[in-house]
Amino acid sequence: MKEFGPGCQRPKGQPRPVVETEVVQEVKKGDERKMIQVGKPAPLFSAPAFYQGKFVEVDLEEFKGNWMMLCFYPGDFTFV
Amino acid sequence: MKVFSISVDSVYVHKMWNDHELSKMLDGKDIPFPMLSDQNGNIGRLYGVYDEESGAETRGRFLIDPDGIVQAFEVMTPPVGRNVQETLRQIRAFQYVREHKGTEVTPAGWRPGNPTLKPGPGLVGNVWKEWNPKQNLKD
Repeated sequence: MKEFGPGCQRPKGQPRPVVETEVVQEVKKGDERKMIQVGKPAPLFSAPAFYQGKFVEVDLEEFKGNWMMLCFYPGDFTFV
Repeated sequence: MKVFSISVDSVYVHKMWNDHELSKMLDGKDIPFPMLSDQNGNIGRLYGVYDEESGAETRGRFLIDPDGIVQAFEVMTPPVGRNVQETLRQIRAFQYVREHKGTEVTPAGWRPGNPTLKPGPGLVGNVWKEWNPKQNLKD
């Protein structure tokens, strides 16, 4: 996880390049969305993160070989 | 187990939420995992949990094994929270199955220490001898 400094530009997350092309091609095919399937590879990506007082870039590739859990949620300061 | 949380909030908002609310639930400690920011929803779209209408992500939880394979997921609408106990139970069960290279499987309601099943010709029609709902599905 590489640390990065705060700037005025919004840092953004992105799928890993290979996956991105797949997604672009898919959208061209008629906007069919591929659903995640159990037993199939998880799409990898990188994204900026806040982690113990620092801003870091997280690339899932770095964590391969570990069990991982991704938890999506609607938003900070929401209630549940 | 590496945990990552993800929402469309910026890393700056993540910091504020950690500093001003979440750390108060943790006796002043920081959230122990990276809080990822997905401001354009790209990651949420990859996993099918980005809601274009609200511009936010639904409550999706994905378990990925050391080979990068999705072993389980659960996706919920926002108003209902998750059950961490059930998530932990699933993690332990998947880890157990992996350690035993698939020779043992965990029946419904399995918890660590409970008997597992060893699939094979001898088990066909005989699961009732090894497993019953009264013993295995109590809370």
